[in-house]
Amino acid sequence: MKKLDKNLEAEIANLTRVGFDITGKTKRSGSFLIADNNTAESSSNEEDLIVMPISFAVEVYDWVKSLMFSLVKREQDEYTREVSTQKELLGSFIYVKEGAKIEAPFQSCFFLHNQGFKQVLHNIIVLEPLSELNIINGCATGNLVTMGNHIAITEMFIREKAELTYTMIHDWGAETVVYPRTATDVGKDAVFTSNYIALTRVKKIQSNPVAYFSDGAVGKFSSVIYGKSGSTIDMGTRGILNGKGANCEIISRIALKSSRVISRAYIEGNEKDTRGHTECNGLLLDDKSSVYTIPELKANIMDTELSHEASIGKIAGEQLNYLMSRGLDEETSRALLIRGFLEKGIRGLPANLEKKLDELIEIATSGEGV
Amino acid sequence: MRSALDNHSFYAKINNMSDSEDKGVLLEVKRLGVEVGGKCLLQGLDMTVKEGETHIVFGPNGSGKTTLVNAIMGLPEYKVVEGDILFRGNSILDWNLTARAKAGIGLAFQHPPVVEGVSLRVLLKAMVSDEKAPEEVARKAGMENYLEREINVGFSGGERRKNELLQLVAQNPQLVMLDEPDSGVDVDNIKLMVSIIRKLLQKDKLIRERKNSGIIVTHSGMILEELHADKGYVIVNGKVKCFGSPLDIFDQVKKYGFVRCIKESRTGEKT
Repeated sequence: MKKLDKNLEAEIANLTRVGFDITGKTKRSGSFLIADNNTAESSSNEEDLIVMPISFAVEVYDWVKSLMFSLVKREQDEYTREVSTQKELLGSFIYVKEGAKIEAPFQSCFFLHNQGFKQVLHNIIVLEPLSELNIINGCATGNLVTMGNHIAITEMFIREKAELTYTMIHDWGAETVVYPRTATDVGKDAVFTSNYIALTRVKKIQSNPVAYFSDGAVGKFSSVIYGKSGSTIDMGTRGILNGKGANCEIISRIALKSSRVISRAYIEGNEKDTRGHTECNGLLLDDKSSVYTIPELKANIMDTELSHEASIGKIAGEQLNYLMSRGLDEETSRALLIRGFLEKGIRGLPANLEKKLDELIEIATSGEGV
Repeated sequence: MRSALDNHSFYAKINNMSDSEDKGVLLEVKRLGVEVGGKCLLQGLDMTVKEGETHIVFGPNGSGKTTLVNAIMGLPEYKVVEGDILFRGNSILDWNLTARAKAGIGLAFQHPPVVEGVSLRVLLKAMVSDEKAPEEVARKAGMENYLEREINVGFSGGERRKNELLQLVAQNPQLVMLDEPDSGVDVDNIKLMVSIIRKLLQKDKLIRERKNSGIIVTHSGMILEELHADKGYVIVNGKVKCFGSPLDIFDQVKKYGFVRCIKESRTGEKT
């Protein structure tokens, strides 16, 4: 790691809350960290895992440039245009060689260290055929930072029969605005598991990641969102099933307290034997919240099976009374129920990851129940 | 026809007749009236439970048995519209569920809800704040394999009943209320459950040393034979209509049904 000022070092040591562990206690295959516009860490512990700043990668590999803006269009919106007009490239390049199965998770973090900083990134991730990688990507602001701006294009390429698990944990400051623009090309028989966790207050997050599926490709997208005081979150995955037998599932669990969440899910079936399912459960914790679920299914071929289900409710009085009758106070009982509701959204993940996310959800819900 | 006031003093007198005269009163229910959704489900009910006593509540379906235990527990939809409930001499009508549970009142629900997402381990840990306690408690109820299961999700009737008892073991209340703990439970499991109930009620201790008391809603002869309960009541239409030895009542109900039992008891009152 680069030599950093003491204050930043202390803040980085505190990033385990978003899965970034600099202590070395947790086994990692590599690390990447950008604090504001400073690439503070870029390392790999595996020969077959290449990690470097994107500005280096375009010099080292002549094909990297051709990948940039191949999935996300420059002219998509004002934020992609802003990324495309940056004078200096900032972002990560993560590359797994063919057949390499990287066991330990790779950790990356995009960190806003100074108040009001605007971070503009372009990330490229490539998994060559038959390779495997598990990425935990934490995004956070410093302890004293409330305002900031994070704009990031991330383009991911999962080649034939490769497997990527990508877990994004957001912990932004209360007045931070965040515009990730993410697109993934899921190759033939490749597997993409995407988890998105946002449990803390933020001013605005707006993101609609898209994934394009080739023949036999499989995708599972899980989002767990705890919208808090004044947060506006507009999230939604788009799954485009372009390959025969492709399969995609989009699951969201959203608890809201004085916040506003729009949960979108779009699945498009364009080839034979494709299947898609989307499911959204909302839990309103007060009358100052609003949740708007927008499931969309589009079938362009007869032989595609697409379905959606959604429910919105409140904490069941019967469940609350039941827990209180065991001697738990109302606040603890509510917290347990909110935690249980959110944790259902991460069931079935690899055991270590599930445990970590359980811990984060426990912290986010403790003392927050009422 | 006996007046309501006469009935009150009569039942109060009977209730005070006990083998455990020197024991303190744990629970006193006085002329209790309870409504749910504006409908009167209990009227003028009296009951005194001393420390160490076990009382059995009988009655036909819909008679008010569940209403009684739910009102004592303090479920909000059970509105006490008359009378009082005293626990260790203090009125608990203003206490919420948590306060009552912490004071030592516990209820095994007849129809416990499904609590999605909350595992039994998480609940037990929150109840006892001891890392190892969930394992120990679960072992006592033979439910070690259920710790990671979400509460009551996919549980059979018998599993739900056992789970209720397990939670009471963790809570360790002084007033143990069981609402049909045996319904839907097979013979082998009833034996296990009876042994747990006996422990909850300190039946292994000398009578004079017992502090825990029970109110059990049941239709099962097996539970009655094993527990040696002190008093039995038959509740019909929200009122206590009959009382006496629980096994006697059980025999009569079995032979003649609730209607005859009520008539017999009225005859008894006159003598």
